[in-house]
Amino acid sequence: MTRTAFVNARLLDPASGLDAPGAVLVEKGRISDFGPRLFHDGIPAGAAVVDCNGRALAPGLIDMRVFTGEPGSEHRETLESASRAAAAGGVTTMVVMPNTDPVIDEPSLVDFIHRRAAATARVRVVPMAALTHRLAGETMTEIGLLMEAGAVAFTDGDRTIMNARVMRRALAYASNFGALIVGHAEDSELSRDTAMNEGEFATRLGIPAAPAIAETLIVERDIRLVELTGARYHFGQISTRGALDAITAAKSRGLPISCGVAAHHLALNELDVGAYLTFRKVKPPLRAEADRMAMVEGVASGEIDVIVSSHDPQAADTKRQTFAQAAFGAVGLETLLPAALQLYHNGQAGLLDVFERLTIAPARILGLESGRLACGAPADLVLLDPDEPFRVSAEQLHSRARNTPFEGRTFEGRVHRTYVNGRCVFDRASPRPFDV
Amino acid sequence: MRGIDGPILKSSHLLGTDSLSVSEITDLLDLADGYVALNCAGERKRSLLTGRTLINLFFEPSTRTQSSFELAGKRLGADVLNMSVRTSSISKGETLLDTAATLNAMRPDILVLRHQDAGAAALLSQKVDCSVVNAGDGAHEHPTQALLDALTIRRRRTNFEGLIVTICGDILHSRVARSNIILLSKLGARVRLCAPRTLLPAEAERFGVEIYTDMVEALADADIVMMLRLQLERMAGAFVPSTREYFRFYGLDRDKLAYAKPGALVMHPGPMNRGIEIDSAVADDIEVSVIQEQVEMGVATRMAVLDALARSLPREGRYRP
Repeated sequence: MTRTAFVNARLLDPASGLDAPGAVLVEKGRISDFGPRLFHDGIPAGAAVVDCNGRALAPGLIDMRVFTGEPGSEHRETLESASRAAAAGGVTTMVVMPNTDPVIDEPSLVDFIHRRAAATARVRVVPMAALTHRLAGETMTEIGLLMEAGAVAFTDGDRTIMNARVMRRALAYASNFGALIVGHAEDSELSRDTAMNEGEFATRLGIPAAPAIAETLIVERDIRLVELTGARYHFGQISTRGALDAITAAKSRGLPISCGVAAHHLALNELDVGAYLTFRKVKPPLRAEADRMAMVEGVASGEIDVIVSSHDPQAADTKRQTFAQAAFGAVGLETLLPAALQLYHNGQAGLLDVFERLTIAPARILGLESGRLACGAPADLVLLDPDEPFRVSAEQLHSRARNTPFEGRTFEGRVHRTYVNGRCVFDRASPRPFDV
Repeated sequence: MRGIDGPILKSSHLLGTDSLSVSEITDLLDLADGYVALNCAGERKRSLLTGRTLINLFFEPSTRTQSSFELAGKRLGADVLNMSVRTSSISKGETLLDTAATLNAMRPDILVLRHQDAGAAALLSQKVDCSVVNAGDGAHEHPTQALLDALTIRRRRTNFEGLIVTICGDILHSRVARSNIILLSKLGARVRLCAPRTLLPAEAERFGVEIYTDMVEALADADIVMMLRLQLERMAGAFVPSTREYFRFYGLDRDKLAYAKPGALVMHPGPMNRGIEIDSAVADDIEVSVIQEQVEMGVATRMAVLDALARSLPREGRYRP
């Protein structure tokens, strides 16, 4: 089937500000036409018709922060299992982190990710490469060659490069190629051996805790280094008001800086750790309510550019531990959209604004052609009901690991179908597996 | 004394002081008072826990807490098994919950847990069928210590209301401090904390306590001076520059004690670092120091806790074949 007509849809396209009833025509995996008046004079002959029944049709989500276990920890998650979760969550592009074993720090390993993804994954997989060899924070990787191999950005994932000299040189060198650097802002000395956010609640629980400024310090340092080197820089995820204020000020000075926030930092605060709930042990930790509110406001205003899942699958045995010993991380591909849509349902952000942070904003930062409804753009689409409520159940998740921080929580916003290159990769109505 | 034979605790576990009501605390202290008298008498062995199994599971070395639970269990007639981390398979990579499952299969009635991580006792209590007693979890809680401290105070001072209790030392890492803050505040005492800034936890004032960094100010008019142990690995530059500097500013000696209320009591959960947080001249002065009495109250208090928990144990075996 080379032509598909999506009819009777509510089109949502943050790139053009479109929120109106309409239709989309897909040819050879790409959007060939779309709009409110499309097909007013009839559907083209020979086209397959998908009746959207008035549901919303939006560009597929681009998740800029996904950890998988492939290669090296396939028991936690493979590219294939993560991509099933992504498809079920309306995510059509997963940007995967290099924190694997081996670390994605050389061109042949970038190629490995591309080939494994092509062979097994249902959605697009875009790899980031390590910024330093083996994520050791000491020597920079072959940024130029890695870019040629298809690395979309450079990051040490959830590790902070603590050595300012190394960071300065990596940023300066990366700027030769216009390469995008994605940083993690958590001072590893201030946060050493800690498990949550410092404050009254951690004091009451007796859990070793790191202050919120562990994030701000690195954000402020890296802003200065960007100023010095001119590198393009994206903070993978921030979680504090201090970090947001510093980034907002840096942007207003015209620095090439952007930032993301994890959906769980929009939906949860430190009190949700409750009675030592290890599924809510994440990195950076869940913060104070004032910080959570700052993140919500940052998304609404656009100072926070993107919302990510920070999907980090962990096996049950590493989570069924005391809070101090349990692994960090939460799965999130399947709850990214509904958790983000809470901002819309709570009246804190517009529907198109929420979608903007999940589609066109990451596409622009990464230089991807998807993330929009546009003629010639890849037909990566999600069909959803933004108002449909459902209860999160770990048992029903598609990812291999089930460590969701949202177990039992009711969200609104349900994905019904997901398309990549015009092919349906997820259909809630037909649970049978699709061949890839 | 309400709880001569009836139930005392709502919960089948003792995980912390936070969840205890004032009446539960008072009943436990009353019960413990009875055991103090009994322990002084010639015939100490009782049959309350005959046929019951108590397991002491200690992931951290402990002398007085472990032996006092052991003695308490034996005096009540229980079979007591001591498991310490050195002899278990924890060091071979088995997790706390693996150990819990193994011990659970041995069908104990009461598990006493000491663990280096906060929340360990709560986690264990979710995974086993028996009663769990928290004998110290990380920097979180040590409820039986707070109970025995309260008992020690109550036997010397009739009323907690308005009593000024100054807790001094490594508050940051101390479960004893947290449990005492919560429990003594519930009983009506005014709690003060005194430590260098590096050893005070964030937002400690939210416990409703007064914070001091100057020991003389903290001791002014204090009725009770509770000193905490400074862990050796936390000295020498990490949290305080040296033991001698610590002793100079935060060690309890006669000069500093003179600022407290005349007749103030000195307490310490043990083991003491003499010459670091407390001067021997104070620690060994039976006119002011009740440190040995705390140990005696420890056995009676733990008997009371085991007694109270045993009342909620099913008479028949809880385990189905």
